[in-house]
Amino acid sequence: MKQLNISDYPQQDLKERIVNFFMKFGTLLALGLIIVFFSLTNDQFLTYGNITDILRSISIVTLVAIGVTFSMIVGGFDLSVGSTVSLATVASGALLVWHSQELLVVLIVPLVLGALIGLINAFIVVKIRIPDLIGTLAVMYIINGVHLTYTKGYSIYGNMPMPDGSGTAPGIFIPAFQFIGQGRLFNIPFPVILMVVIVALVHLFLNYTRAGRLFYMTGGNKEAARLSGVPVNRYRTYAYVISGVFAALAGIVLAARIGTGQVSAGDPLLMDGVAAALIGYSVFGAGKPNVIGTFVGAIIIGILLNGLTMMNVPYYAQDIIKGGILVGALALTYFRKKE
Amino acid sequence: MSLLQVQQLTKSFGPVDVLKQVDFSVEPGEVHALLGVNGAGKSTLVKILSGDYEKDDGSIQINGEEVHFTSPSEAQAKGIAIVVQEVDTGLIPNLPVVENLTLDLTVGGKNSRPISWKKRRHIARERLAKVNTHIPLNQLIEDCTLSQKQMILLARAVASEAKIIIFDEPTAPLSDHETKQLFQVIEELKTQGIGMIYISHRMQEISQIAERMTVMRDGKAVAVYETGKVSSEEVIQTMLGKQLHKADYHHRKISGETMFEIEHLSVPETGKQVSLTVGAGEIVGVAGLVGAGKSETANAIFGVTNAKGKWFVNGHSVSIKSPRHAVNAGLSFIPEERRKSGVLIDSSVQENLSLPALKSFSPAGWINRKKEHQSALEQIEELGIVTSSPKALLKHLSGGNQQKVSIGKWLNHDSNVFIFDEPTKGIDIGAKNDVFRLITHLADQGKGILYFTSEFDELLQIADRILVMADGEITDEMQNQEATEARLMTAAAGGNAVETVEYQRLSAARP
Repeated sequence: MKQLNISDYPQQDLKERIVNFFMKFGTLLALGLIIVFFSLTNDQFLTYGNITDILRSISIVTLVAIGVTFSMIVGGFDLSVGSTVSLATVASGALLVWHSQELLVVLIVPLVLGALIGLINAFIVVKIRIPDLIGTLAVMYIINGVHLTYTKGYSIYGNMPMPDGSGTAPGIFIPAFQFIGQGRLFNIPFPVILMVVIVALVHLFLNYTRAGRLFYMTGGNKEAARLSGVPVNRYRTYAYVISGVFAALAGIVLAARIGTGQVSAGDPLLMDGVAAALIGYSVFGAGKPNVIGTFVGAIIIGILLNGLTMMNVPYYAQDIIKGGILVGALALTYFRKKE
Repeated sequence: MSLLQVQQLTKSFGPVDVLKQVDFSVEPGEVHALLGVNGAGKSTLVKILSGDYEKDDGSIQINGEEVHFTSPSEAQAKGIAIVVQEVDTGLIPNLPVVENLTLDLTVGGKNSRPISWKKRRHIARERLAKVNTHIPLNQLIEDCTLSQKQMILLARAVASEAKIIIFDEPTAPLSDHETKQLFQVIEELKTQGIGMIYISHRMQEISQIAERMTVMRDGKAVAVYETGKVSSEEVIQTMLGKQLHKADYHHRKISGETMFEIEHLSVPETGKQVSLTVGAGEIVGVAGLVGAGKSETANAIFGVTNAKGKWFVNGHSVSIKSPRHAVNAGLSFIPEERRKSGVLIDSSVQENLSLPALKSFSPAGWINRKKEHQSALEQIEELGIVTSSPKALLKHLSGGNQQKVSIGKWLNHDSNVFIFDEPTKGIDIGAKNDVFRLITHLADQGKGILYFTSEFDELLQIADRILVMADGEITDEMQNQEATEARLMTAAAGGNAVETVEYQRLSAARP
């Protein structure tokens, strides 16, 4: 049989090539331009301190976004990650301050809670078959309500007065816990190391293991995957659990970073996480959720926020830019999708 | 003067010339069939005529008037209507039949005046009557059968006072009876002087309904024949442009051991029970008209739907509650809806081919990509899959090549039983012969084959034993040597005597 080769079409016209180039590298190009722009307008921008600042600030968003990426890979969506972050933040705070627990407990309990929320999401979406957007929206409300009810609406900090008026809380945010958010290894912030290691591991997992492939296959065409013997509902369940666990991990890092159990702290992370994952579609023209892309997406958002803040753009106006970037990245992905 | 006269029509997409100086014409009251293997340029020609694409060069004349379409609405205004193959793209699923039929009154530009429901129903009924069809006017489109939807599209085309109607493989989803009904309507349209372009792969139908046929190959109109003055063989050879190796049935030796058996399988959708056996190395065909419950049965056997019954593979009882169980029990399934459930079109050829046997490529959980790639290369060579590389996305392959992937992916897996559901649907004759060769090859290796189809001539070519299904039940069984197309057709329609009666009534009612 005749093999068709790309070289059979040598005169691929210029317009086509330009479009292809932008589909592949448009997002990275935008990232480069943003960096150049900020470093020209502000000489503090490209300093070691600021770069580590940026990376540290995006580490939490990246963790949330990785979870979102998993749910998107299986063709789902998880709106509850923001409230899961809040719950995990509050839970670790409460364990430290109200119950004076050890580091291990403070780490494990929120992660288990995150996994539980993932299981609830999976039950609602996979088993009951409520559409993902609506089902996880409902869970988002529930989790929000749960964590506010638990703290009676108070944020948690060391030796705070107990909400029920029974004196002062016994515990504090222990240094070992705070290290997760504030510590440094080899002069690199610990959360940055955590983020980079996790991004690398997840990338390897998704691209080089059987399980990773099956996540993608499930999202690619659920019915075809099922007929090929893939247990698709099991993988969809795994994806929601992983999403919940990553959100919980983000919550732990957030609590350690700010040193309090702030209520509703995770709310803004939902949209940033989703935006990072969506921007990731366009990186290298992948056209599908992928963790490297998600990481780049988080970097773009982080740099924008940092740079705009340095330029004294108020935080409420920064959303306009974020939205614009998202439209641009999605345009690169979807512009030529209708074939 | 011809109704439609196409001269020297040329079209290219980038560097690829898809139409090369095509001449084509349709007379009033004529059905002109358009034949050609996939990729011959039929669709492009039709899309230019219906205004979907713009022509590059050449002339199109309607009644001697030169036309140039830049949009489908311009083509419609000049009296060209098309009954598309994907009927759902032309209809609004959550609206009732009456509104879909009279859509032009709702959105009809200057003619859109308020109109009473009574009048609308009246118009809708008239339009349906013109195509000899009765469909409850309040029925929602989503509850209509494929043939009903097609009739609604046709009724709309007729109502728009089209002079030329294009049919794109209209009978593919239709049962025998529905096909006859459609042909009656076409005959009537002929008497009204409407010219029709009829795209089909089915030679028998074409000789029945068409006056002339144009054969296309590689973007050229290579021959025009008058129906009846040419043999099917010759037409098929012209289509292929090479000698056709017909996969004629030759008797194969079968050991007689039972490889696969189902007992009292209750199929949920049909509510009927099915029992059958497949021998090692045996190709068992299941013949049935559209709507006989073949796909439902095939799905039930593979555990896609929740069916109850007993399965035996090599004499061992197995429990199959999901496709996963079926795969583990050594079953393979090539479903009818290829793009929907057979392959992952957004994934690469390589990823599709390795999917069912992914475990063998990743013993410790890590995928051996080199091995995967190598195996894909071998399979591409072996199955004759035309693709730029194993990493090409499946959506860029033609239907026939997608089907080869849909079959090929099971060859890595240790399967004993292969279930095919309409495997030649929408693929050209070249690919079809490749598929047949593949199936025969599998049987020669001792695999058991179950082959569900409504194309009876295929079973005569390939099946060792043929079961006939009607209304969800197996009504007849015969060895290949005993089978004829006539006997199969009779048995397949046998469970449905009403249909024959109704057809006679309809024929009698015609003027």
